[in-house]
Amino acid sequence: MIETQDLTRRYGDTVVVDGVSLRLPARSFVSIIGANGAGKSSLLSMVSRLLPASAGRAFVDGLDVAATPGDVLARRLGILRQENGIAARVTIRDLVAFGRYPHAKGRLTAADRAHVADALAFLDLEPLADRFLDEVSGGQRQRAHIAMVLAQDTDCILLDEPLNNLDMRHAAGMMGLLRRAVDERGRTIVAVLHDINFASCYSDRIVAMRDGKVVAVGPPEEIVTEAVLREVYGIEVEVVLVRGYRTVFFYR
Amino acid sequence: MRRPSARGAGYALLALLALSALAAASLLVGVGDLRDAEILAVSRVPRTLALILAGAGMAVAGVIMQLVAQNRFVEPSTAGTADSATLGMLLVTLLAPDAPVVVKMLAAAATALAGTALFLRVLRAMPLRERLTVPLVGIMLGGVVGAASTFIAYRTDMLQFLGTWQAGDVSTVLRGRYELLWLSAVLTFLAYAMADRITIAGLGRDASVNLGLDYRRVVALAIALVASITAVTIATAGTIPFVGLVVPNLVSLVAGDTLRRSLPLVAGAGAGLLLLCDVLGRLIRYPFEIPVGTVMGVVGGGLFLVLLLRRDAGRA
Ligand SMILES: Nc1ncnc2c1ncn2[C@@H]1O[C@H](COP(=O)(O)OP(=O)(O)OP(=O)(O)O)[C@@H](O)[C@H]1O
Ligand SMILES: [Mg+2]
Repeated sequence: MIETQDLTRRYGDTVVVDGVSLRLPARSFVSIIGANGAGKSSLLSMVSRLLPASAGRAFVDGLDVAATPGDVLARRLGILRQENGIAARVTIRDLVAFGRYPHAKGRLTAADRAHVADALAFLDLEPLADRFLDEVSGGQRQRAHIAMVLAQDTDCILLDEPLNNLDMRHAAGMMGLLRRAVDERGRTIVAVLHDINFASCYSDRIVAMRDGKVVAVGPPEEIVTEAVLREVYGIEVEVVLVRGYRTVFFYR
Repeated sequence: MRRPSARGAGYALLALLALSALAAASLLVGVGDLRDAEILAVSRVPRTLALILAGAGMAVAGVIMQLVAQNRFVEPSTAGTADSATLGMLLVTLLAPDAPVVVKMLAAAATALAGTALFLRVLRAMPLRERLTVPLVGIMLGGVVGAASTFIAYRTDMLQFLGTWQAGDVSTVLRGRYELLWLSAVLTFLAYAMADRITIAGLGRDASVNLGLDYRRVVALAIALVASITAVTIATAGTIPFVGLVVPNLVSLVAGDTLRRSLPLVAGAGAGLLLLCDVLGRLIRYPFEIPVGTVMGVVGGGLFLVLLLRRDAGRA
């Protein structure tokens, strides 16, 4: 379970996350939507202890993220950042294996290796596993970083725009994978998504943000509506039902 | 495409062979009759060991620095580390001229650590950390510290001493005057014990935090290793440029930056390159010698240029 209490982040006088209080139940898939600059990444960064909060608190499985030792949290919470540069020249296999570091501390057991192999297989990375990160495409690199988070095998997973750079096949595959991780393995997943239709088709809940505040929380039926989307994005859209899923047409 | 680990093993074997050949050359080349066992024991063996230890140490220090600063163009002599260590040597020699060399080395390590920490602090404050501005900042910082050293040395008539620390030279290394370098080997093994943590630090702060590392602690330990290795080297052989720059870049190209795998290669290649340069320095003007630091400056500078062009060609 993930909970925030009055979580706030300021830069000087500008408030970019403004008193956000959320309770996201365990075993659910939650999408966060909102315009560029709405504060989604800042919110996620505070929950994942990458960014100190100006005020308020965040809890993962009841643990205060600001007060819990980093290695304890690392076994419960895995995170994917919006941008993942190519800092060091490591192979995809090594990167994914580092996902086991919180558990194995450098000595991989057979079980750890199995986690790594599974993560590589889930993300179609086996043929690329021994390539260096700077020798693959942007989408392949994105998949490698997600594989690392999956190999970390944590109860809670925070993903900032996991679909970045992914083609249609891999984007749909990724969402299916995450959905199964929730349904079959009881994970709690929070993902920032810009593709409202993916959010609509796969989420248990959608959190809509604007100007640092949460303007609406609820199941897709309540959030994927013309009125709410107008409020969140300030544009007119058309919501159509396709195979029972609320789908948004906004392309022209 | 073959697995990098297989490739790595192949290169490791080659490197080991080359290293042995170079070490043998270093034992054989020079003025003096080899049948004189005394020359071997007092001069050639210590000199060869010093080259191996210093080369391996500086290369390892370089790769650690590059991962921690997340920049391929830094090494102890482009990050303020070497100049700060030299300043420390100078100050402690002035204040306590009779102190044992270990004490002087420790003082140098302390100032080297301070200088490197200052460099990283400046980096973090820099809004635009472009690839080439990072080492420029380090070189500038080193320049300022170096100027201070020169000023102090000039005022205190220590310029000659300063020269021995600033220029890498192993021709005066004799039995009893290089053993401190074994400490560098110990530090290299410590670095190997931290290999995973340093590699993860190289993936960045966020990745480190995600994996539960105490990022600041890892960085602090890593630069303490770099500072100590640099100080030990400067105290015994003087400043040796480029090894820490060229070797990690070359090894990274073929074997990557996963230190658990690449660190032995880095150490071996560093030792080999320094041996090669010293043997060259002994041969070029035989029977006279050119200091290894000078040869390294030319060879390393050339290699570095090649690498720079290759890397840029290979990347967007
Ligand atoms: N270091 C910073 N200094 C000042 N303002 C910042 C800083 N980082 C982020 N901001 C501001 O905070 C606001 C929220 O940023 P955030 O990255 O959380 O947005 P986001 O919702 O993730 O947007 P996007 O969809 O573009 O990723 C933005 O207006 C941004 O300009
Ligand atoms: Mg964002």
